[in-house]
Amino acid sequence: MGKRVLLIEDEPNIIEAISFILSRDGWTVETHANGHDAVDVVQGNLPDVLILDVMLPGKSGYDILRELRESHGRSELPVLMLTARGQSKDRDLAERAGVNRFMTKPFSNAEMLDAVRDLSEA
Amino acid sequence: MARDTLTGSRIRERRIMSGIRQAELARHVDISASYLNLIEHNKRRIGGKLLLDIAAVLGVEPSLLTEGAEATLIATLREAASDQRDGEAEVEKVDEFAGRFPGWAGLLAENRRRVGTLEHAVQTLSDRMTHDPQLAASLHEMLTSVTSIRSTAAILADGGEIEPEWQDRFHRNINEDSARLAEISRALVQYLDKVDDASANIGAPQDELDSFLSQHGYCFPELETAPEIEQFAQTNGQGLSAVAGKMLGRLAERYASDAAELPKDRLAEAVEVHGLNPWAIAQTLRADPDLVLRRLAVWGEALGLGPLGLAVCDASGTLLLRKTIDDFPFPRFGSACPLLPLFEALSRPGQPIERVVSMPGQDEKPFRAFALCRVLMTEDPRMASLSETVMLIAPLDRAAPEGTQPVGVSCQICPRERCRARREPSILGAEA
Repeated sequence: MGKRVLLIEDEPNIIEAISFILSRDGWTVETHANGHDAVDVVQGNLPDVLILDVMLPGKSGYDILRELRESHGRSELPVLMLTARGQSKDRDLAERAGVNRFMTKPFSNAEMLDAVRDLSEA
Repeated sequence: MARDTLTGSRIRERRIMSGIRQAELARHVDISASYLNLIEHNKRRIGGKLLLDIAAVLGVEPSLLTEGAEATLIATLREAASDQRDGEAEVEKVDEFAGRFPGWAGLLAENRRRVGTLEHAVQTLSDRMTHDPQLAASLHEMLTSVTSIRSTAAILADGGEIEPEWQDRFHRNINEDSARLAEISRALVQYLDKVDDASANIGAPQDELDSFLSQHGYCFPELETAPEIEQFAQTNGQGLSAVAGKMLGRLAERYASDAAELPKDRLAEAVEVHGLNPWAIAQTLRADPDLVLRRLAVWGEALGLGPLGLAVCDASGTLLLRKTIDDFPFPRFGSACPLLPLFEALSRPGQPIERVVSMPGQDEKPFRAFALCRVLMTEDPRMASLSETVMLIAPLDRAAPEGTQPVGVSCQICPRERCRARREPSILGAEA
């Protein structure tokens, strides 16, 4: 069984595309589509890498990450954050929340795959 | 070099502009060319009959040669210098620059105004991009669709082995996402079309209005009796943006209402008795003092009170109207001097404020300032009250008395280094 990625993203077609790319590369991909209970899902899933969208229904990616880092002691979990906004203040918010890698949509598949590989090996 | 020592430079400038040779001008005014040369290089003082003769030959008012550039031009040039990030303009020579090269100075000031207007436009657009929820949502949707299409199309184009079931699914996803992208694009274009009118003039409507009012001397006889406000706004608003046109309409309503409450003839009778004493005029006429201040700003000069400036601000201190007079400009951008009686009145609603103030400059010209803040109460006590503060400015025809309040235009271009109200450093040198 390969390494595990948890993808938290609410756009079904992006979920399918990313899942396919990572699965083909040997990853086990779990997905979740809302922010409400995302923290619980991460805690119950224990992934090797977390891919987290910023704009999610119920709770933002920033809040989910901050909660994981501060309240649940998940300081070591590698997190790749995806967002449609690439302004410096968005990067600042992500960095302050404790992100490891920040990627702006639209991204290339190779770029995304490289980022996940790098994070799992770090 | 001070402004009044540059008369020679202005003579030279005007002579060259008129295409008159130095020797020719000297002959006309019966002096030697070498003496005129000394005058033109500010090495000899000039006044009296000789100045009048030279002005007559050059076809200009003598004051144009002695007074030089207007204070407003100087203030705008100083504002331009304050915007400079690299390099240092010789701010201490701004009067000399404006006096010797009025054309270039005017061009620079006009460009500064244009830059200010464009910066305002960029700020407006930036605010729209940042705060317009519809635009932000549309762009997010668009990027999401593009991301999905790009990832899915790349999977199909990679040429790796893909099971037919996945191929079908990806084709379907691309079809869905491209349809969604088309729909979002159409909606976005429609939305941008709708806001196009509003964005046609995203400069500074207040500047447009100020410029219009200045051209008309802030005086509109057609609004004094039986005004046709709609027609007035329609006729005069043709060259203005939609926003400035609406502002003009509101201003016209206010003007007409003021004129109806305090007609020029009644004001003239009271001025005849009291002169420039707005509080006494208000008491005699049983009129609101702020109304008297506004009406004096319109008719004061015609009634023999000399030039009168006016500033009106709202409860936030934002200037809503600026009628400047020589040597008493108001800032076009940024915050005004907090020591202006206008702002003192803001903190003391209903109380007439009268001060003698002086603007920094070669001779610290004194002015009389009359200010009053009027609170516009709301019927619902839970809602915030609004207020409007009016300040009338008149040059004082004698030396500044003891207790004169020094004021300025704005901190950036004020030389009063140790001013207790200073918010930020000045770009000018320390006060002499």
